Amino acid sequence: MSMLTVIEKLSILADAAKYDASCASSGTAKRHSVGKSGLGSTEGMGICHAYTPDGRCISLLKVLLTNFCIFDCRYCINRSSSNVKRARFTPAELVKLTLDFYKRNYIEGLFLSSGIIQSPDYTMEQLVEVARSLRQDHGFRGYIHLKTIAEADPALIQKAGLYADRLSVNIELPTEKGLKAYAPEKTGQTIRKAMGDVKQGIVAQKEARRGRLLKKAAVPKFVPGGQSTQMIVGADQANDIDIITTSTKLYKGYQLRRVYYSAYSPIPDASSDLPPIRPPLLREHRLYQADWMFRFYGFSPMEIGASTSKGMLDLDIDPKLSWALKHREWFPVDVNKADQTQLLRVPGLGPLSVKRILSARRVTTLRLQDIGKMTLSLKKILPFIETLDWSPGGLTDMENLRARFTPAPQQMSLFA
Amino acid sequence: MKIIQLSSETDFEGWRQVAKLLWYHHISPQNVMWRGPSTAQGLFDQAEDIRWRGKITSRASLTVPRQFIALAKRAICHQDENRFDKLYQLFWRLQKSPRLLENASDRDVSWLLACDKAIRRDVHKMHAFVRFRKVGEDQAGREQFAAWFEPTHYIVGLATPFFRRRFPNMDWVIVTPYQTAIWNGEDLTFGPGGQKSDIPKNDAIEDQWRTYFSSIFNPARLKVKAMTSEMPKKYWHNLPEADLIPSLIATAQDRELKMQTDAVTTPHPLAAHLKAKQKAVS
Repeated sequence: MSMLTVIEKLSILADAAKYDASCASSGTAKRHSVGKSGLGSTEGMGICHAYTPDGRCISLLKVLLTNFCIFDCRYCINRSSSNVKRARFTPAELVKLTLDFYKRNYIEGLFLSSGIIQSPDYTMEQLVEVARSLRQDHGFRGYIHLKTIAEADPALIQKAGLYADRLSVNIELPTEKGLKAYAPEKTGQTIRKAMGDVKQGIVAQKEARRGRLLKKAAVPKFVPGGQSTQMIVGADQANDIDIITTSTKLYKGYQLRRVYYSAYSPIPDASSDLPPIRPPLLREHRLYQADWMFRFYGFSPMEIGASTSKGMLDLDIDPKLSWALKHREWFPVDVNKADQTQLLRVPGLGPLSVKRILSARRVTTLRLQDIGKMTLSLKKILPFIETLDWSPGGLTDMENLRARFTPAPQQMSLFA
Repeated sequence: MKIIQLSSETDFEGWRQVAKLLWYHHISPQNVMWRGPSTAQGLFDQAEDIRWRGKITSRASLTVPRQFIALAKRAICHQDENRFDKLYQLFWRLQKSPRLLENASDRDVSWLLACDKAIRRDVHKMHAFVRFRKVGEDQAGREQFAAWFEPTHYIVGLATPFFRRRFPNMDWVIVTPYQTAIWNGEDLTFGPGGQKSDIPKNDAIEDQWRTYFSSIFNPARLKVKAMTSEMPKKYWHNLPEADLIPSLIATAQDRELKMQTDAVTTPHPLAAHLKAKQKAVS
């Protein structure tokens, strides 16, 4: 095999990494390099340095260390039965690439995954070595996200946590059945154990910090950015209730920061076991909205489930609106009197608008135009609120209120 | 009518000193006109030097909520020519209604919040879109970088400390049309603005970056509106990867279609070989 240049390797190994969506450079401990050697800073929130035409942001250098792999997961372009062109970075090449990009302000840091070569332990060692070299040899203080090989030795995973801001293990598919069918070498048990180990490491570090006798005693940081996971949507038969149930269990059980939902995307050189569909992007979007309802709006998983029909979230309207239409007894909400929970249930009001309403109404009694100044659009909100000068009247309980919000049916083109 | 001319576009301390003086002399917002250094001379005469006579004889106390100071320091960097007047209007009204800022539906307050949001967004975009090019390296191995950027508002002073925290061990300059930020390892200083031709034309690593940009994009997920809403076209001419975007968009649909219609290929023999190996072992 001829030697590939770094650019050729980059082209192959970035392409191979494009299906992992869990790559936001999210909040982590604040750091900077003033007065120290080395380089890099983190500001507590991610920065998107560029955007590709899929609307996704480029925040990190997202690559595989290698796309050789001994596993044969059906949905993966790098599976052993795939005919994709293979390449491999040396740790030194990858470290140089990361630093070169970082110095030019192209990226916030590195997101590193890998196909499994030789063994899970060997692969994990290589990943950890890249992170170690960046931190210790080059004084790199930017963001590092390492994918965790679930089957690797827990000691290696603990070591990874000392250098990385975030670790993630992909849950891959929302049900055990799906995993068995499409990723036979992985088991739900191993994946969950790895997530449990990371959680234990985070908890142990927090306790060590709290229990230290001297305030100044240094406790090495362990994944300050927490852990996350990703599941593929639309490759198997799991419905949205299955997905939301799995998700809420993961958040509770493993203290995850984020669950990512990745619409199953057709890949070049696909396995015949998989549907050659268009990626269900709208379904993915609704799942993220449902995820937000759970995490920021105080909805319980059961309430979200109640807004589905036949186990699936409504594609035409967002799940919060869907819930509101099915629970008219909560509305209209008086913006001058209701509490935060009630306000958060109003379609069209987000946490920031609610905060502004609560603050403004201490100073003045709110009218409809005041609400208009504090939110994006009034149209959605009108049937659900009462202000000093507005009451929806019969609008709230209108039979076909839903029709106001669904997009008008489009004339299908004969020539599409 | 008092006319106040500030010495720089973002002279917050100057604005503040004068605002206090004006208030103590009971000069209401309607009777003052503020100007930045670049605003053209109007029909009205010369600006009066307000740091003139008059001790402050009034004992009335003057307080401003801390939040106002924080918001005003950012809002003053905005492009809006009338920002000094509007800030003074708020300052004046705050003396009578100290809780004014809590009411986001008030016209002046919502202007201030909108300005603040625009400035914070502009600063964030500057942190995101400044792209350095390597100028050279000295004998000790210390590297030099330069960048050209066109911010929408006067935010160089607000945005550049970020780069100092991130890159203290390299020398760098960021050139913008109205101001240049210079870091030499010791002090962050500011000089006059410059031009795009002041920085190197290219950089060897840019090819790698462009390769990366093209490779990471998934053509099955085309969403151009989402991209342009976060990376507005006004920034494109200074981003080395932007000229790749039109062809990525144009070929996306074909690439996606190809993935769906391509016949499934024969599985690579490695998979079968590994399975057989595993069976032999177990």
